[in-house]
Amino acid sequence: MKRRTLLASAALSLALSGAAFAQDVPKIGFVYVGPVNDGGWSQHHHESAMQMKEHFGDQIELVEQESVPEGADAERVLTQMALSGADLIFTTSFGYMDPTIAVAEKFPDVKFEHATGYKTAENVSAYSARFYEGRAITGFLAGAMTETNKIGYIGSFPIPEVIRGINSSFIHAQKANPDVELSVVWISSWFDPAKEADATQALLDQGADVVLAHTDSTAPLSVLEKAGGFGFGQAADMADYKPEPRISSIIDDWAPYYIDRVQAILDGTWESHNVWQGIGDGMVGIGEITGPVPEEVKAEALQMKEDIANGDYHPFTGPLNKQDGSAWLAEGEVADDGTLAGMDFYVEGLTGDIPN
Amino acid sequence: MIRLERRPQPSRLWTAVTPLLAVLLTMIVGGLMFAALGKPPLEAIRIIFWDPLFDPQFSGYSRPQLLVKAGPLILIAIGLSIGFRAGVWNIGAEGQYIMGAVTGAAVGLAVYPSDSALLFPLMIVAGALGGWAWAMIPAVLKTRFGTNEILVSLMLVYVAENILASASSSWLRNPEGMGFPGSRNFKQWPAVHNTELIPDTGMHWGVVAAFIAVIAAYVLLARHIQGFNIRLTGEAPRAARFAGVNPARIVFLCLGIAGALAGMAGLFEVTGPAGQITIDFNSGYGFTAIIVAFLGRLHPVGILLAGLLMALTYIGGELAQLMLGLPGASIQLFQGMLLFFLLATDVFTNYRIRFGSEEVA
Repeated sequence: MKRRTLLASAALSLALSGAAFAQDVPKIGFVYVGPVNDGGWSQHHHESAMQMKEHFGDQIELVEQESVPEGADAERVLTQMALSGADLIFTTSFGYMDPTIAVAEKFPDVKFEHATGYKTAENVSAYSARFYEGRAITGFLAGAMTETNKIGYIGSFPIPEVIRGINSSFIHAQKANPDVELSVVWISSWFDPAKEADATQALLDQGADVVLAHTDSTAPLSVLEKAGGFGFGQAADMADYKPEPRISSIIDDWAPYYIDRVQAILDGTWESHNVWQGIGDGMVGIGEITGPVPEEVKAEALQMKEDIANGDYHPFTGPLNKQDGSAWLAEGEVADDGTLAGMDFYVEGLTGDIPN
Repeated sequence: MIRLERRPQPSRLWTAVTPLLAVLLTMIVGGLMFAALGKPPLEAIRIIFWDPLFDPQFSGYSRPQLLVKAGPLILIAIGLSIGFRAGVWNIGAEGQYIMGAVTGAAVGLAVYPSDSALLFPLMIVAGALGGWAWAMIPAVLKTRFGTNEILVSLMLVYVAENILASASSSWLRNPEGMGFPGSRNFKQWPAVHNTELIPDTGMHWGVVAAFIAVIAAYVLLARHIQGFNIRLTGEAPRAARFAGVNPARIVFLCLGIAGALAGMAGLFEVTGPAGQITIDFNSGYGFTAIIVAFLGRLHPVGILLAGLLMALTYIGGELAQLMLGLPGASIQLFQGMLLFFLLATDVFTNYRIRFGSEEVA
């Protein structure tokens, strides 16, 4: 009897020390919506995760799961990750929001970081990038470089994130060229090279000579390379298309944030927050400006980047009206984050309707 | 010389053995693939097939999840199998699944936040009707104009996906969602939340419906005159016509049943495990169910087992990704092998291998 208890306690202490050992190295999980080599969104999160892992080396353990559908599957994957002893889990797609919140409720000791959503909890942070800051600069370059005064824009879904990008691009294209027109093609996908190529061709056929994209593939640039015209790298630098048709790019860089948050776990200082970081924090990058962009345009674009980065300039500064002509921001007034987060209207001067 | 000789009758023994053989071959070749990827093959296979059921750390959670994942697969596959038996090739269950979810959710959300006990049954009916109506399009086009139901039903999946995108970003969008796409979450609406009937079993109404569908399909195919007509149409269309079976009626019946069941599966999913209408709500259940239907030899009990096996490879596959860092694509390949080997070994059901040269007749 005694021996058995002895054995049992030995086994227990062994198990406990095992658990303690596992806890010595925090386990950091990442969940991706696409494959890690999709060339866009998921690949960026994955590469940033790898940079984070490189930074910390053996101080942490990294586990990743790719191609996880949003909804019920995400909830299961997150639960299994939490059960496997993860300490911090990054859920890197908007559609993981509700599953993340639901799983976080069941595992109060596990920390979660959800990308691009708005719901938070005691153990759930939300993080997102102010891509519209980058789009101000690419929009400005597009406005300066168009000769037909027509810019094309490939949109994925008419959600606030995308509408914000369209508005920001258009406002700044107008700054460079008051006569500019912008037309949008919606393709209902974040990543679909064939549709993106078709959309680019359609925009060129309508007379556009600069095409901006809020979709992840390089297909628009490859069409522009053949047909002529300018474009931008999206999410990645897409340097293969330098010096033209790609004349600059808007780059997602999550690594600094990931390193920051994992460090907080190591230090035991992690707290839930809701952040929206832009050029200034390094989450949004602007790729090298190349091709036949005139020096003074380039200088002005870089100045704008500088001003946004240090907070001197906000891309949504009044006077700005809504598309229907009603007043939105008065002279010098700056848009608040709440309005930007839920943006569901075009600014004045944009034609066409937001599809429903 | 090895040659194949057609059996006078499909072998009953082989019909039962081939699925097991296919699983075994998948394990062997899949194991080799994992080894080639530099991962321990035996451990990978243990994680995929054993751990979700028996591992002390995970099984408490993943065993019930097996039912959650298998439920919609079985429900859809049962409907498809009836059509496949009759030679009606409905490839668009994914679209019917989406339309069922959208229609059912729309009916519910129209009267938000009602707490009537009648609402959930009403939504189930609406979901079934939505899927049924979507399946009627290829049925009408086929019987009226002789179009190919494979193409029409498949193309309608893409139409349904666009309707889904529009629903989640505009007319079913959560008014309190700050403009983000996605409907209200049914999990926060107790009157219509399709929750677990017994806690920690994974058993929700959709799983119950799947079990009922298995029994009903069994009775239909084995005991009912319509089941006989369906089988006859598939096996000998000319004979069926002589026996007075109306082929158009069979098309309507088969597509109707498949559509209604897929629509119901969508509704149970949106009010239960998924919780809300989102742009990417459909996660391929309608297509995977085709594999399940064939893996289960188009037999209701076979489909039940095949659905559970498929769910196991999904959940085990996720676990293997997590524990061993296997790439997601290798798991998909593994699942693909399962169907491949099943079809390959299927040859033995209808043919036998003969050694030696052909006898002169």
